[in-house]
Amino acid sequence: MMENNWYIELAWIVAKILAVIVPLLIAVAYLTLAERRVIGFMQLRKGPNVVGPFGLFQPFADALKLMAKETILPAGADKTVFMIAPMLTFVLALVAWAVIPFDAGLVLADINVGVLYLFAISSLGVYGVIMAGWASNSKYAFLGALRSAAQMVSYEVSMGLVIINVLVCVGSLNLSAIVEAQRDMWFALPLFPMFAVFFISTLAETNRAPFDLPEGESELVAGYFVEYSSMSFALFFLGEYANMILMSAITTLLFLGGWLSPFDFAPFNLIPGPIWFILKICLLLFVFLWVRATTPRYRYDQLMRLGWKVFLPFSLIYVVLTAGYLVATDSLPG
Amino acid sequence: MISSFFFYLFAAVTCLAGLMVVTARNPVHSVLFLILAFFNAAGLFILLQAEFLAMLLVVVYVGAVAVLFLFVVMMLDINFVELREGFQKYRTLGIVIGIILLAELFTTFFQLTSDSGALPEATGVHNTAQLGRVLYTEYVYLFQLAGLILLVAMIGAIALTLRSRPGVKRQNISTQNSRRREDTVRLAKVNSGEGAEAKEGSN
Repeated sequence: MMENNWYIELAWIVAKILAVIVPLLIAVAYLTLAERRVIGFMQLRKGPNVVGPFGLFQPFADALKLMAKETILPAGADKTVFMIAPMLTFVLALVAWAVIPFDAGLVLADINVGVLYLFAISSLGVYGVIMAGWASNSKYAFLGALRSAAQMVSYEVSMGLVIINVLVCVGSLNLSAIVEAQRDMWFALPLFPMFAVFFISTLAETNRAPFDLPEGESELVAGYFVEYSSMSFALFFLGEYANMILMSAITTLLFLGGWLSPFDFAPFNLIPGPIWFILKICLLLFVFLWVRATTPRYRYDQLMRLGWKVFLPFSLIYVVLTAGYLVATDSLPG
Repeated sequence: MISSFFFYLFAAVTCLAGLMVVTARNPVHSVLFLILAFFNAAGLFILLQAEFLAMLLVVVYVGAVAVLFLFVVMMLDINFVELREGFQKYRTLGIVIGIILLAELFTTFFQLTSDSGALPEATGVHNTAQLGRVLYTEYVYLFQLAGLILLVAMIGAIALTLRSRPGVKRQNISTQNSRRREDTVRLAKVNSGEGAEAKEGSN
C-alpha cells in the first residue's frame, strides 16, 4: 500500500508540473506570433497572417521548420558547454514557475522565500548567455555575451532594491502573502516610481528592446547566439520569450496585485483569480512589444549610466523613504 | 528516505565538482564546476531547512561573484603548459592545506555530535524571520561594522581603478542636456552656387 501511495503522489506532482508547463509553452508559442502581429500593426503592415486563420498556426510552422534544420557545431567550439547553454536558458525560464501563485493556494510550491527564489533564478539566466558566447568560439558571440553579463548584473542590483521596497511594505518573502497584502491597494499606486524602475529593469534583464545590446544586429550580427541553429537556437528563442512571460508574472505579483481583481465588487470579483492574473500578464507583455516597436536601441554607455547612476541611487533613496514613512506612521508590518 | 537520497546526491555532486575544479584542464570549466558545487551546496542547505542561506548562496555567489569570476577567466590568455607546471609546483602545498582544513572540519563535527547543545532549538519561527530578528537587534553593531568594511572595500576598489587620463573625449550628460536650440541651430539662407558659410560672415 505504501509503495502504491508513493507512486500516486509522484504522478500527481508530475501532472501538476505539466499543467503549468504545457500552457506556458503554448503561451510562448503564441507570444512569438503576437509579437509579430502587434509590431506589424504598429508599423502599418499585416504581419504573418497566412498559415491558418489569422496566422494562428504560424508558431507551429516555425517550430517544424526549425526542427527540420541541421544542428551545426562550429569548429573550435567547446561542444559540451555549447550544447548545455541553450538547455540551461530554457530550463531556468521554466523552473521559476514552481513558486508562482495563480490564485489563493493555487501554487506548485508555496515556499517561504519565494521572492528570493525568483531573484536567484533570474540572476542565473546570465549563465546561458555567457556560456553560449564563450563556447561558440566566435568574436561576435563573445562580445554579445560580455555585454549581456555586465548588463544583467547591473540591473539586478536595482531590481533587488526595488524588491526590498515591496518587502518592507509586506513583511514576508512569501509570494502569496505579498499578493494578499495588496488587497486594499496595489503596490503599483503608492510605489509607482518603483514599479516603473522595476519594469524597465525587467526589459534589461530579459535583453529586450531598447536594451537588446547583447544581440544588437547592427554591430554583433545576432550577438551570443550567432553560431546556433536548429533546435538549439529555438531553445534560446523559447527561453527568451518564457523569460518575458515570467518577468511579467513577477511584476504582476509584486505590483499589480497578482490574482486579485482591480475592484472588489460584483461584476469584477466574480471573475476567477487566474483569469485576472493572465490578463495582467498579457497587458504587461503588450507593453513589452509596444516598447520594442517604438523605442530605438540604447547605446552601451547610456545603458550602464541608467542602471548605475540613475536607477540604483533612486531605488536606494526610495527604500529609505518607504521605510521612513512606515516607521513614522507606525505601520511597519510583522 | 527521499531526503537522504537527495543528501547523498547533492553531497556526491558537490565533492565531484570540487575535485573537478582543481583538476579540470580549462580554467573556464573549473569555474563552471565551481558554480555546480555552489549550487549543490545550496541544495544541502535546503535539506537542512536553511532556505534563506541557500537562496543567498545562489544569489550572491552564483548570481554575482561567479559571473564576474567567469568574466575575468574567459578573457585570460591561457597558456595550458604553464598551467600544468603551476599545478605540479603547488600540489604539496595544496594537499597540506587540504588536510588541515579537513582536520578542522572533523574536530568541529565530533564536538557537535558529542555536545548536542550546540544545535539551535526549534522555535517555530522560520529561519528567515529569525535571522532578521537576531541580526538587526542583538548583532546590529557587528552588522553595521560589516557593512562599513564592505563600504571601505568598495571605495578602495574605486579609488584604485579610477584614473583620469588627459586627452580622452568624454561625454558630459548634463552639459548635453543643458544645450539650448538657440545656441546650436541656426537657420541659414543658402543661395545656389554659393556656400552656406562664406557670404554670411556671422559665423
